[in-house]
Amino acid sequence: MESRNRFFFAGAALVGGVLALSGPARAWEPTHPIEIVVPAGTGGGADQMARVMQGIISKHGLSKQSIVVINKSGGAGGEGFLDVKNSKGDDHKLIITLSNLFTTPLATGIPFSWKDLTPVAMMALDEFILWVNADKPYKTAKDYIDAIKAAPDNTFKMGGTGSKQEDQIITIAIEKVIGKKLTYIPYKGGGEVAVQLVGGHVDSTVNNPIEAVAHWRAGKLRPLCVFDSKRLDYHDKITGNMSWNDIPTCKESGLDIEYLMLRGYFMPPGVSKDAVAYYVDLFKKVRETPEWKKLMNDGAYNQSFMTGEAYVKWLESAEKLHEDLMRSAGFLAKK
Amino acid sequence: MLADFGNLFHGFAVVAQPFNLVLMVIGIVLGVIVGVLPGLGGANGVAILLPLTFSMSPTSAIIMLSCIYWGALFGGAITSILFNIPGEPWSVATTFDGYPMAQKGQAGQALTAAFTSSFVGALFAVLVITLIAPLVANFALKFGPPEIFSVYFLAFCSFVGLSKEPPFKTIASMMLGFGLGAVGLDQMTGQLRLTFGAEQLLNGFDFLIAVIGLFGIGEILLTMEEGLSFRGKTAKLNMKVVLETWARLPRYWLIYLRSCLIGCWMGISPAGATPASFMSYGIAKRISKNGHKFGTGEIEGVVAPETAAHAAGTSALLPMISLGVPGSPTAAVLLGGLLIWGLQPGPLLFTEQKDFVWGLIASMYMGNIVGLLIVLTCVPFFASILRIPFSVIAPIIMVFCAIGAYTVHNNTFDVVMMLVFGVMGYFMKKTNYPLAPMVLAIVLGDKAEEGFRQSLLSSQGNLGVFFSNGLVSTIMTLGLIALFWPVIQTLLVRARDLINGTLRPAG
Amino acid sequence: MNQAASESGGTGPSHRQVEIGVAGAMAILAVIGIYGSIQVGIGWGADGPRAGFFPFYVSLIVLISCAINIITVLMARETRKIFAEWSQLRQVLSVLVPTAIYVALVPYTGIYVASALLIAFFMRWFGRYGWLATVAVAVFVPVATFITFEMWFLVPLPKGPLETYLGY
Repeated sequence: MESRNRFFFAGAALVGGVLALSGPARAWEPTHPIEIVVPAGTGGGADQMARVMQGIISKHGLSKQSIVVINKSGGAGGEGFLDVKNSKGDDHKLIITLSNLFTTPLATGIPFSWKDLTPVAMMALDEFILWVNADKPYKTAKDYIDAIKAAPDNTFKMGGTGSKQEDQIITIAIEKVIGKKLTYIPYKGGGEVAVQLVGGHVDSTVNNPIEAVAHWRAGKLRPLCVFDSKRLDYHDKITGNMSWNDIPTCKESGLDIEYLMLRGYFMPPGVSKDAVAYYVDLFKKVRETPEWKKLMNDGAYNQSFMTGEAYVKWLESAEKLHEDLMRSAGFLAKK
Repeated sequence: MLADFGNLFHGFAVVAQPFNLVLMVIGIVLGVIVGVLPGLGGANGVAILLPLTFSMSPTSAIIMLSCIYWGALFGGAITSILFNIPGEPWSVATTFDGYPMAQKGQAGQALTAAFTSSFVGALFAVLVITLIAPLVANFALKFGPPEIFSVYFLAFCSFVGLSKEPPFKTIASMMLGFGLGAVGLDQMTGQLRLTFGAEQLLNGFDFLIAVIGLFGIGEILLTMEEGLSFRGKTAKLNMKVVLETWARLPRYWLIYLRSCLIGCWMGISPAGATPASFMSYGIAKRISKNGHKFGTGEIEGVVAPETAAHAAGTSALLPMISLGVPGSPTAAVLLGGLLIWGLQPGPLLFTEQKDFVWGLIASMYMGNIVGLLIVLTCVPFFASILRIPFSVIAPIIMVFCAIGAYTVHNNTFDVVMMLVFGVMGYFMKKTNYPLAPMVLAIVLGDKAEEGFRQSLLSSQGNLGVFFSNGLVSTIMTLGLIALFWPVIQTLLVRARDLINGTLRPAG
Repeated sequence: MNQAASESGGTGPSHRQVEIGVAGAMAILAVIGIYGSIQVGIGWGADGPRAGFFPFYVSLIVLISCAINIITVLMARETRKIFAEWSQLRQVLSVLVPTAIYVALVPYTGIYVASALLIAFFMRWFGRYGWLATVAVAVFVPVATFITFEMWFLVPLPKGPLETYLGY
């Protein structure tokens, strides 16, 4: 029943699309399903955001065309970026990014850069928090740092997602500040990393809030500090007595490190200006929905929204930052 | 405990509402369809229905969506048995005896056995979930990298060393599989390896492409060599076949029990359904009286892997709900759905959303029963597909193989690789290289390597980590015993002879 | 069936040659694997094996096994066993070649048009069906696939000029 309606609808849309093509030029509208490429596996932060947006757009009927989410995670996301880079002028393709937009070309030498793509909008920035197992005695970041300093190199194990990506960059930054080596163990996804911490197989993680919040609420994990310049602006109580806002910044705790991860959209090179404007407008509508606000709330995102010039400026400085961090960590691919 | 049963009965009451029953049937049918069509998986089915569920209660929504999951699990066995093309990694072991059975004209029996075994495995796992859910969740947490590696090790050991083929052909084929699996990004160092700068190789060789080529296309080429037809046209096409097969199944109760236990254990420890199916098949082959006939169309060879795979697939849902880690792409999409309905997967879901969790568990019982009834009534229909003339069905299979290969990474290069694997499969099969070890190595190789290297990272390169606690030592020892079982068996026989021999003169 | 064919006295490439060929092809893959592994480092670092460690030894084992397999074949008594008759191989090629063309066509014409051609070819060539039946099946299958994948399940498959012309 449902599928028949759907088919009818799709068929009507197809006819509509043909008509629109032959008609006079108006504001750009998609003529067939819009593809969102996720350069990461299923279940990660970017994937979740893309799928929630897909749900929001279809639930509120924000677009006449449906959204298709496709994961292209090969080569640390390089596969997805190359695909978009090579789809020149495709107005129906978007890619949601994470930090691998910057780290993958640097670490693997896969030939692409954000400059090959058309920036659309920054949807939010994802925070990073230093987590430990709640059974461990470390109540503050200072306790934990002191413990690391007191022990020999490589005693403490840091779990993270992937190799030579954001989690390991932060780990290297921590090592630089406290002058001790940590053992970094890469896993496939953020959810898995959080579970390994709950099971006590690693000593700490730098999970994004949304990956670890369920375990925090269950009293299994403890947040020590957030890698941002200011505390998170979410005051609802998550556990009995703590809200996101009660987590101190790492800077307050003597760990002067800031790191935020981009959750933004790009399109292939050479797309029309009208198409970009359409998607910017679509994303603005998405940001107004209650579901989006709930996602932001659950994941304690930094809700910066940028488009156009401002977005490009941000990207330029972020690229520079990553290049510096990756170079000093020795993560650049051998040419 | 009693309160839990109360909750479960409440769950049944919710599930048995007519509206929910209708959703259940829709979900199952759709699931079987996506399970049969290569290139579509449970994830696609869930994704298209997700928007429809926003207007329902979360419980109704999860009933429908999880039924897609059950349907897809049932559907996966169909192509394995009829065309030697497993759509999912855990259906590979089903082809070993399922396809030969179909060739002998016993497609109906093989399908019935597969469906029934899936059902038994899933039901057993749901019972485990219902009875010991909290214990089980904690057990999953004990699995760090060394434990996970040891489970893969055990799966390999219980499967290798049992083929009739020359040993060095088995080794060559398995190691080639490991090598192919290693292509692409090295997860541990973030380095590309064996890609030689080719963008097409970034993804490595996916199991599905290899299997579609080696098994599916390779089989069509072999069939062509032998004349233009599929064997097995004589399959019986009535429901009597189902009842006859059912009458035979109870005598395999021991295989069922063993496979259920293997499956649940592998599902809860996060190794999953694929190693479970291979391991169960391997052990059944060693222990069964008919072991030497495995691979020629033994019904036990269908029962063992299917039961274990579905016990594992079902019990794997528990860590997913309680820990929030999706075990498969389908589960990941389901998790995304939970977020939109305002539910947060995690340890607290069990206490905060009782209705939802127990509704889900109740729908596992009902969904499997409804699913079994639906697929069993379709057995004659599925078996009749083999009657379509070869010159019509062969190109259609080719087309669906190509679609299946393409959709893995949305890449036309993979379609080319599929054909290359097909030619490879043809030659390897004709020259007696076993294909199963190769496929097992492609599926599990990179995960095993990952577990191995993660373990060594955390132990600073000390191999003792694989015997560092009771759990991991036990699994590793079991693995070693499985590996050297033929040797141990010979020694045991010799020792017995020796004792008998020394006793006789004395007595 | 296979044995029966081999004993029926037809000629074809010897089983021995093919055995050596397969082992040789695997050995070539193994050498490529060894070369690639050395490129990324095959050592054992302070914290476990490097990226090329596993692939290197795995490839090495393949190479050794292939050598043993080739030696086994060479040592074995000369037999008349053939791999397959030429006529059988022609059959295989008659499927393989059209399929290869099909695979090569997909990126250019899209999968739907190519599939229609493949099905039509098989039905006409091997099945000797009439044009009506051939065209019916060859058109029906891709259209049904299109509806299922592109419209219901929203899974995009490769599309070519025809689909673009139709506005999709």
